[in-house]
Amino acid sequence: MRAGRELDLLQLTAGLVLACSVVTLWRRDLRALVAVLALQGGALGTLAALLAVQHGDLGLGIVAGVVFVAKGFVIPSLLARVVRRDPGSRETAPLVNVPASLVGAGALVIVSYLSAGRLTSLFPSPATRLAPLGLATVLVGFFLLVSRRKAVSQIVGLLLVDNGIALVAFLLTAGVPLLVELGASLDVLLIVVVLQVLATSMRSRFGHVDLDQLRELHD
Amino acid sequence: MSPAASAAILAGAALKMRMPASLLQVAAIVVGGPLLVGLMAKCRARAEGRIGAPISQPLRDLRKLVRKERIHAEHSSAVLAVAPFVLVASATVAVAISPLVTTAPVLDGGADAFVVVYLLLMGSVALALGGLDPGTAFGGMGSSRAMTVGALAEPALLVAILALSIQAKTSNLPGIVKATLAHPGWLASPERLLALAALVVVVIAETGRIPVDNPSTHLELTMIHEAMVLEYAGPELALVTLGEAMRLGLLFGLVANLFFPWGIASSASLPQLSLAVVVLAAKAATIAVVIALIEVSTAKLRLFRIPELLAGGFVLAVLAVMTGLVTR
Repeated sequence: MRAGRELDLLQLTAGLVLACSVVTLWRRDLRALVAVLALQGGALGTLAALLAVQHGDLGLGIVAGVVFVAKGFVIPSLLARVVRRDPGSRETAPLVNVPASLVGAGALVIVSYLSAGRLTSLFPSPATRLAPLGLATVLVGFFLLVSRRKAVSQIVGLLLVDNGIALVAFLLTAGVPLLVELGASLDVLLIVVVLQVLATSMRSRFGHVDLDQLRELHD
Repeated sequence: MSPAASAAILAGAALKMRMPASLLQVAAIVVGGPLLVGLMAKCRARAEGRIGAPISQPLRDLRKLVRKERIHAEHSSAVLAVAPFVLVASATVAVAISPLVTTAPVLDGGADAFVVVYLLLMGSVALALGGLDPGTAFGGMGSSRAMTVGALAEPALLVAILALSIQAKTSNLPGIVKATLAHPGWLASPERLLALAALVVVVIAETGRIPVDNPSTHLELTMIHEAMVLEYAGPELALVTLGEAMRLGLLFGLVANLFFPWGIASSASLPQLSLAVVVLAAKAATIAVVIALIEVSTAKLRLFRIPELLAGGFVLAVLAVMTGLVTR
């Protein structure tokens, strides 16, 4: 019964990660986007912690803590600061309209289920069976990257891709080595800081953070 | 006696046993639907700092409307007069066969998700035709809008119930309720939560509440349902209002019982049935209060943003199905 309860929670957190990534395509409000990202990071950290308890792995437990703090709190609060400083652009500017991108997201989820299903049937266990959800999160993240123009949406897309990769890694291998995961998390944190600086300097120089308008080089 | 004849007698006996429970369901929804509408109006009024009309106000309105004379628009045909009856009749059948008070309503072999959804759709189509019939600008506009919303909400509703039926391995609604009763662990499964989120969006759209439609306005730019029924008066308006209230009661009751079926009667004994009515009323009232609070705290969406909301509901339903397939 206890193992069943743990599996339920694992499924619940994995489902939550995917649901959050779809909601980022749904909502236009950038603040809501950041809040959803925080929720996703928290769900990912909880999933890693569940796996750590299941395998009795201390290293994975530490990774879970790092993921929970970094993706659930630090990165979203940095992003929230970027959004707060720019009251002029509170809404995403989608290149593909919202209903079409939602239908696209549905198609991506089906594609990832069909393609990753083969992969997970090589080693069917309750955890690996959830891996298509991670792949779907990666694909939805890429879709967000190519279909949204604001700098903040692009950062969110990048983080979705990263969260998806982390989810697949946790589910398939029961956690990457501690050092690798720490390195990856730090990389992502660095990227967010760099993009924040970029967004801030873009705004101070051009008064907006619309990446499409960066067509030519200036001195 | 031939086996066929004895089977027919057995079936007749089963029908007789199930009839009282189904009649009870219809009675509960006929009275309860308008009361739910009244409760939501009351909650809204209280949240806005008004006292509001009593909860039984919709029932009193129905009584008032029934006493008025029948009057039809000048160039209208029989469609205008027939549509309210089709609406109420289809809603009554849907209520009678759905698992609301008992898990064994009449014709429960036919209480498939598709049957119930298309009975509801039949009522919407009849009402839309009734709105088009007098040939006024408002009626046509309302019908076209209602059909647009309906066409977007219907697939989401079906796919969300499909997620539940994949889990329960049956698309029979009483069957899904019975399977859920047998597996309490399903309550927290991701596909159920996603399907619930999708169904809440669909129910808000189907019952015409904010942010999709504002039931308390006659502001011409925003109204959907009110525009459609603008040409109705007297007893026919009473039927239309009753039909809509019954659909609201049915949808709330179905959402409550598909996701949280505890308290539903599994036999036809009187104490169990009466307990089930009370529990159903409590569950439906809870949903009504939650939706009323959503109504108070959100602004109505622009008409062109409604497809976004419903597409979101649809994708949540698709996700529910996919997650269900992944985790099985």
